[in-house]
Amino acid sequence: MMKTFKDLLARFQRIPTTISLVVLLIVAILLPLALDNYQRAVLWTTGIYVLLGLSLNIIVGYAGMFQLGHAAFYALGAYTVAILNLKFGIPVFLGMIAAVVVSGVVGFALTRPILHLRGDYLAIVTIAFGEIVRMLLVNNVGGITGGANGLFGIQLPSIFGFTFRSVLSHYYLVLFFVVVTVIAMRRLENSRLGRNWNYVREDEVAAEAMGVDVVRAKATAFLLGSGWAGLAGALYATRIGVISPDMSKFLESVIMFCIVVLGGTGSIPGIFVGTAGMIILPEVFRFVKDWRDGFVGLAMVLMMIFRPMGLWPSHRVAMEMGEEEDVPALAQS
Amino acid sequence: MELLAQNILNGVTIGAFYALIALGYTMVYGVLKLINFAHGDLFMWGSYLGYTGLMVLLGLGLRGGPWMIIPVVIAAMLIIALAGVLLERSAYRPLRHAGRLPPIISALGAAFVLESLARNVYGATYITYPSAISLTGGIRLIGDVRASTMQILALVVSFAMMAGLWAFVNFTRTGTAMRAVSLDHDTSRLMGIDVNRIITVVFLIGPGLGAVAGILVALYYGSFDFTMGMTFGLKAFIAAILGGIGNIPGAMLGGMILGIVESLGAGYISPQWKDVIAYAMLALTLIVRPTGLLGERVAEKL
Repeated sequence: MMKTFKDLLARFQRIPTTISLVVLLIVAILLPLALDNYQRAVLWTTGIYVLLGLSLNIIVGYAGMFQLGHAAFYALGAYTVAILNLKFGIPVFLGMIAAVVVSGVVGFALTRPILHLRGDYLAIVTIAFGEIVRMLLVNNVGGITGGANGLFGIQLPSIFGFTFRSVLSHYYLVLFFVVVTVIAMRRLENSRLGRNWNYVREDEVAAEAMGVDVVRAKATAFLLGSGWAGLAGALYATRIGVISPDMSKFLESVIMFCIVVLGGTGSIPGIFVGTAGMIILPEVFRFVKDWRDGFVGLAMVLMMIFRPMGLWPSHRVAMEMGEEEDVPALAQS
Repeated sequence: MELLAQNILNGVTIGAFYALIALGYTMVYGVLKLINFAHGDLFMWGSYLGYTGLMVLLGLGLRGGPWMIIPVVIAAMLIIALAGVLLERSAYRPLRHAGRLPPIISALGAAFVLESLARNVYGATYITYPSAISLTGGIRLIGDVRASTMQILALVVSFAMMAGLWAFVNFTRTGTAMRAVSLDHDTSRLMGIDVNRIITVVFLIGPGLGAVAGILVALYYGSFDFTMGMTFGLKAFIAAILGGIGNIPGAMLGGMILGIVESLGAGYISPQWKDVIAYAMLALTLIVRPTGLLGERVAEKL
């Protein structure tokens, strides 16, 4: 069973990424037409998490830093668009731009002082940041966040007189952003910056010696990743209309982290596979509703034991992990 | 003045709980360099098992009283210690050589499993310990500063366990081996230390202490639910970092500081902000002194 599954997966992975992504896009366009509104909403959620996964992938996948507080920026984007819309009447599309800028700048400013921290220490501070953001939102800082209840009544996005009212139309809006993001990420992967991130991830000291500005590369990863999470948050807020501090829960950050790692760190198709695993699979298993988290947890443990590089690893990471198999990294301090 | 003294006393009590749990995080980090995210949930399972144990004892028709805490604590400690070893065997040992990322994911996954299990077995409601065993009364220290019997029990038990652990790590062969393993696995193996056995010992002691803390916390606060593993666990983890992770006295010191600061923050600023204070302290520690308070001064780390 396991063997045939692996073979099948390997066969799929030999298909060039561009072709599989185009096929996926066609499916993503046509599939919701045949579904009911509930299933469309699930797909819409999947789209939001794909965006989040892609944004976190910059930080975790490309630059190799542990970010376990990514949900903070997701919430920040949602709150930016909501506050601008509710308090100042700014249309949500303009608000979205502001959301990207605010999340990105805050992400940059918060993480800049902690970039020198090693892997797991970084993970811990980012957990703390996520929780601080959530607490600030709960405690209603400045009287504009609505406290524990959050904010409600955010307008639907509209452009040139067209309002994205139905689930389907909003789904296509999200899909549009996903497509743009995927194209941008693929360009980024092969850019000077993208290759710098890879050097930094694989060997910081060597990267530094080769003239890569390590701090700058890391800071840029946080700037772009956080900003893009803000966009996902803004999109979420404009359809649901209600947001609460729960968006910045630790569990949300963990889900995002798992999407990136389970799918295959640094790999764009991996993000789609990971999101399907973390978002769609639990929906399918709704009948065991209370056990959902337990199954997800079990899957995480088993995945790490049997396929630590993720279901659909990027070629670069696969090569890297393959070489390092003999090194007892845990035993080193 | 009296308010200050009372707040500090309460802070020390909570700090003792944090310290007991933090020891589990810090010892595992010491030998495996792994953040055992499931530790908080093992601690919470200690509370749940304590509840079951008390219900069983009361169900047997025994006359309820505070004495019941003793057998229940011992049973919970043993079970949780075994669960800890089982966790290490199934979720961490296969990943010992897999790099830094896979064990973290595996630990998070294990935490999810334990939490989901607790929610399904005991339900999502708050659990309250039976009132038949509750400790009442207390003593008046100075003026209006009062220490409840529960507080005294918690402090005595916590400090006794910490002292015991300190002695174990410093004066026994196994303890010495533990310190060696935390420095270097391969060299320890060359010196004839069975590294796997030491790791098993660590996973017996850490969760065992966590289970004791679980029952004490449940007795002290009166009620808890399945989210306690994550919230309380994260705080204890902050305590471990604060003192310097991998360092046993550090975990104790970190727990105390965190407990007192939180208690003072809740008393003088606002209870709403006590979590923010804790997290801000963590962020500040890691920015200014990533090794923690005792991280560098002590050459040997565990």
